[in-house]
Amino acid sequence: MKEFTYVVKDSAGIHARPAGLLAKKAAGFKSDITIKKDDKSAAAKKLLALMSLCVKCEDQITVVIEGEDEDAAYTEIKAFLEENL
Amino acid sequence: MIILKGKGVSDGIAIGKLYFYERKQLLIEKKTIEDTKAEYKRFADARAKAMGQLDALHDKAVREIGEEEAMIFEMHKMMLEDDDYCGSVKEMIENEKVNAEYALEKTKETFYEMFSSMDDEYMKGRATDIKDISERVMKLLLNTSSKIIESDEPVIVASDDLMPSETVQMDKDKLLGFVTMYGSSNSHTAILGRTMGIPAVISLKDKLKPEYHDKKVIVDGSAGEIYIEPDDTTYKKYFEKQREHEHNKELLKQLIGQENITLDGRMIDIYANIGHISDADSALQNDAGGVGLFRSEFLYLENTDYPTEEQQFEIYKHIAEKMGGKKVIIRTLDIGADKQADYFAIPKEENPALGYRAIRICLDREYVFKTQLRALYRASIYGKIAIMFPMIISLNEVKRIKQIVDEVKLELFNENIPYNRHVELGIMIETPAAAIISDLLAKEVDFFSIGTNDLTQYTLAIDRQNQMLEDFYDPHHPALLRLIKTVADNAHRNGIWVGICGELGADLGLTEEFLAMGIDELSVTPSSIFALRKKVRETNVSECLKSGILDTYK
Repeated sequence: MKEFTYVVKDSAGIHARPAGLLAKKAAGFKSDITIKKDDKSAAAKKLLALMSLCVKCEDQITVVIEGEDEDAAYTEIKAFLEENL
Repeated sequence: MIILKGKGVSDGIAIGKLYFYERKQLLIEKKTIEDTKAEYKRFADARAKAMGQLDALHDKAVREIGEEEAMIFEMHKMMLEDDDYCGSVKEMIENEKVNAEYALEKTKETFYEMFSSMDDEYMKGRATDIKDISERVMKLLLNTSSKIIESDEPVIVASDDLMPSETVQMDKDKLLGFVTMYGSSNSHTAILGRTMGIPAVISLKDKLKPEYHDKKVIVDGSAGEIYIEPDDTTYKKYFEKQREHEHNKELLKQLIGQENITLDGRMIDIYANIGHISDADSALQNDAGGVGLFRSEFLYLENTDYPTEEQQFEIYKHIAEKMGGKKVIIRTLDIGADKQADYFAIPKEENPALGYRAIRICLDREYVFKTQLRALYRASIYGKIAIMFPMIISLNEVKRIKQIVDEVKLELFNENIPYNRHVELGIMIETPAAAIISDLLAKEVDFFSIGTNDLTQYTLAIDRQNQMLEDFYDPHHPALLRLIKTVADNAHRNGIWVGICGELGADLGLTEEFLAMGIDELSVTPSSIFALRKKVRETNVSECLKSGILDTYK
């Protein structure tokens, strides 16, 4: 299992468009990828659940990745967040 | 044969099948079903079709508006693919043995509720997307069309009246003409008809019946008549008339490339009014000298949130480049009154036409205004952009606008973003207040553009959307013409130019008056350009003045 935290810098937070891209990205991996914010969590592959976390700018999220391709997923998801959010 | 008489608001003859468009209320019944597998398959098939529609919409949006804007349909697709959403429908069908429509309706409600109860304005707005995707699938399940025109051949669209959003969505290749029960000569239907150069007849009242759907009809836009199931003689007569009309249109085309010059040598600019980036072709085909009014509203009306600076920049850049160095006058946001977008969250007003609209919104929500101005100035280096501001009533507004413009320019300068320092700034004269103080306003701006639609409505105190007042509405009212003359005189005394961008600009019954007043530019719907050019070329201004054409307006 791999885990990291990230603070969202995009002024609009995880709005629909990046959420969609993130969900698409996550769907490319076999691992279970979970995004946690405070006491709520959502599977990164599920767009609507992801949006329902209502992650805003400056919010800290925790990304938990578990599965056979977790190493690759870790690198790519992290890079994606840094680039887009 | 049945003959209906209404009011013709766009010339021409159309012959074709009538397509009666009725807004459908989706009726969802709860049913118990046995074969849950087959039921889920119905949902899955409808969903797959919806995905196909979204693809097509996405492509259309890319072509017509741009990549950025088209993203919404990508997002709708992703929402439709969502596991929780589809899973909810599936579970309900399997566990509760209900029909797909009911399961979808309940699922829609759940997610709609989820988004609308979120304490974030943006996310709240996404509830609309849930509704949109769900209804798209629902219509497929119920086999009701989501298209406005569901026909393989071009048709004459009949309706009670058409909303701006509906006219935007309409497949323009399928349109031969419009006939509506209500509406007024300035309604969107009428304007769209004239923009596209197809006939439109309004105010047919309840004589226009849904049972005429699919029947053969003739629309005479000039006479304001429609013929349902015409007899042979009528058909032949109109077939000829249509040919004649087309021929006349061709004749006008011979005026292409000719100057807009009167018999005694007075020149006038004839520009085009356009409401969408896709109308630019029509402006160019009709030989417009420029764009005299580019309505930026569509950017706001077709969006579910304020359009970003980038989105706007792309559109303005595109239109500036497309017109290839010809002037493009872009009017800033003119939302409010009859043009509303939900996300503006404008509270219901008693008198929207006299309410929170246009420049008033911009000066109140400066961030919205600044975003648009930044995009405009950034695009200004790609062509000849001019900017004009609507609904001005006071000198202070103009001064405040100029301050904001200066702030925007300074911002861009500090950010090293290139822009044209000398963009022409003008104002719309569309309130009696602005017309009356036009001597003061002329000292502050580079040009005036008289918006006759609003100026008429405010001067005559007549709501132009109210069809009961059609008989009282006199677009040639001397009060209005006196105001126009005052504005023209004040502009010229102060060395600035003045144009007319309302519907009146294309009114051939007033062309002589406008030329005599020294109006410098007329901006009209593209299909009116040649007729206007012809009229200008047949006019002798000095003779008109000698005959005392302006005496009443002194």
